[in-house]
Amino acid sequence: MSTSTIPLAHGHEDWVLPYHGTVAMLALIVAEIAIFGIFVVAYIYYIGKSLTGPYPRQVLELPIFNTVCLLSSSFTIWIAERALKRGARGAFSLWWALTVALGAIFLVGTGLEWKKLIYHDGLTISTNLFGTTFYSLVGLHASHVIVGLTMLSIVLIFSLTGKLKSEHSRQLEVLSLYWHFVDGVWVVVFTVVYIIGR
Amino acid sequence: MADSTLPIGSAIDLTPPGEVHGTWLDQVQSWVVTVDHKKIGLMYIAYALVFLLVGGFEAMLLRIQLAVPHNNFLSPEVFNRIFTMHGTTMVFLMGMPLIIGFANYLVPLMIGARDMAFPRMNAFSFWMTALGGLMLYYSFIGGVGLQGAGSAPDVTWWAYAPLTERAFSRGHSTDYWALSLIVSGFGTIGAAVNIIATTVCMRCKGMTMFRMPLLPWLYLVVSGMILVTISPLTAAQIMLTIDRYLGGHFFDSQAGGAPVVWSHFFWIFGHPEVYVLVLPAFAIANEIIPVFSRKAIFGYPAMVAASAGIGLISLSVWAHHMFTVGMTSAQNAFFVLSTGLVGVPTGIKIFNWIATMWGGKIRFATPMLFCTAFVAQFLFAGLTGIMLSTAPWNWQLHNSYFVIAHFHYVLVGAIVFCFFGGFYYWFPKMTGKMLNERLGKWHFWLFLIGFHVCFDLMHIPGLLGMPRSIYTYEPGRGWDGWNMIVSIGGLIQAVATLIFVYNMVYSYFKGPDAGPDPWDAWTLEWATTSPPPEYNFASAPVVDSRRPLWDLKHPEDPDSRYE
Repeated sequence: MSTSTIPLAHGHEDWVLPYHGTVAMLALIVAEIAIFGIFVVAYIYYIGKSLTGPYPRQVLELPIFNTVCLLSSSFTIWIAERALKRGARGAFSLWWALTVALGAIFLVGTGLEWKKLIYHDGLTISTNLFGTTFYSLVGLHASHVIVGLTMLSIVLIFSLTGKLKSEHSRQLEVLSLYWHFVDGVWVVVFTVVYIIGR
Repeated sequence: MADSTLPIGSAIDLTPPGEVHGTWLDQVQSWVVTVDHKKIGLMYIAYALVFLLVGGFEAMLLRIQLAVPHNNFLSPEVFNRIFTMHGTTMVFLMGMPLIIGFANYLVPLMIGARDMAFPRMNAFSFWMTALGGLMLYYSFIGGVGLQGAGSAPDVTWWAYAPLTERAFSRGHSTDYWALSLIVSGFGTIGAAVNIIATTVCMRCKGMTMFRMPLLPWLYLVVSGMILVTISPLTAAQIMLTIDRYLGGHFFDSQAGGAPVVWSHFFWIFGHPEVYVLVLPAFAIANEIIPVFSRKAIFGYPAMVAASAGIGLISLSVWAHHMFTVGMTSAQNAFFVLSTGLVGVPTGIKIFNWIATMWGGKIRFATPMLFCTAFVAQFLFAGLTGIMLSTAPWNWQLHNSYFVIAHFHYVLVGAIVFCFFGGFYYWFPKMTGKMLNERLGKWHFWLFLIGFHVCFDLMHIPGLLGMPRSIYTYEPGRGWDGWNMIVSIGGLIQAVATLIFVYNMVYSYFKGPDAGPDPWDAWTLEWATTSPPPEYNFASAPVVDSRRPLWDLKHPEDPDSRYE
């Protein structure tokens, strides 16, 4: 019995714990899911409860192009990460820049949609329940896209100025985890707002 | 065998601490810019203690007003503000910072780490929390915003819609309430993320998850719960702010919004929040009871499983706050049963604490006194909880003083008692000085008597139909004498708390030196000096069991043989 503890003392060389950045990001994503969950529940609860128009069916159009752009950015960021791990920094910058561009297209698309809704259809956040819940939920998601884009752009600057090495790929994995989350949430928002709610 | 435990011995740094240099301004600066988990933890705790006194003072004002019928001590408007501030303060500015402060101080020490996983985010979280408290109390002077509108928030701490809408709560006081909870909520979420990353990724060599002491384990559960409970509150507060500032209609009944949605969102936060506050109290009892019973904790895996079980079940019980709102019978039945189910893991815990004490060589020092009282009082609190979670009983007694008595029994009888015990237990570690035992005994007995006089008897006016949140009442309803006695009980608790504050100040300057391990305890925080150096451990500890210091002190019979 007394020998049972001795191997332990030698067994600690391979004492490896998970990377704290990844764990923290997963925890943050859980918190974010809870926040989005509440806004989604509020949106679903208030579908069809607006007392006055305009109603979703009259004004909402499916943002297919936007959605394709945002979802494909999840794919490009994954390719970029793999490129960095290989040490192909040029390819990394290219795919990373494409990710930023796709995210930016999504934001511009949302901006144009809102412009049409506000100036053409007269739907603002205070018009009716649909306006309140729509701008809150889509706006919450868009604000996450803005945060993500800011961080992606900072990485792009580091990459273009040659400050990014393959040893940073662990940190970038954490960032891309966030970006995948932002994209994943859009699938839920899209389904709720543009398919169920219309 | 001795080899494997040796590194703990060398974890103690024997170099004498350097003289403290610099002016008092340098001292202040060193606290403001610090990223050291111990200093941040102490700041959290100090912040919580300040608000404990503020919130306690507010409670005294309320009890003076309610002591006799037709009292004019506080006007109705001021009474509403004070009880709103009392509730908000005690939950968000006292309770949350207190639990996070203890986590900050103890978790890295107990898992043999040198700091939290994200020291700077840790400081950020604290200062966000501090800003939240500042904003809430600034409303007293800055919250008017409109002639004749009240200064401090007066919407109760659960702030039911549509009272909080702009049409009914004029001025800025409600905005301060919502914004301060959003801001301090961000701080709390940051702290929870940090605690999770720390417990998962920063454990010292040999400390597998099931060798981790129960306190970090319970804080891991609590942090997971914070992620999914504070976030809904933040979301709901953002909605409220949208309603108030941008003219939204989330809770605006005149535009089709449903106030009941707020109730659901608030209690989805509000009920798990009780467990967020009480699990750290369990965590403290889990550390103190074994040490003062001179036995290892009974049923360690069951304790972990019960904590995780409480965490999961507590997410599905929120609507037992809303039986009187009017739900379908299926919903009523669901929430009655799910609430009853929480009693199972909590019951397991109570049995485990008793089994830990059973046959032990119990030392009734002040920390153990508080924890012993906690076990009994938490049982009573749980029993009235089961009563209230039964829908028909709840229909009779909802929003009565029976409810107030029940949840204060949990919040004071369980949480405050355990944290007082925690202070007596870890104050020597935090300051290097022992708290005075004689004053501690006075504190304990006075607080115990005050608590029972106040909150045992508070159930009775509740059963006699006294509603909560009223600023006064008519004589002759059978509530008069009871309220007077309850107020006297409150006063006794206030005196006991002041003894505690005096004890801390007195012992800090005059108390005997504690040494690294005054209680002959077993977890890693006692394997370094008191107070620990900034880096905690001179060399990283290696552990072989759940009680590394036991192994070190008893090399002939280490725990690692049996685990």
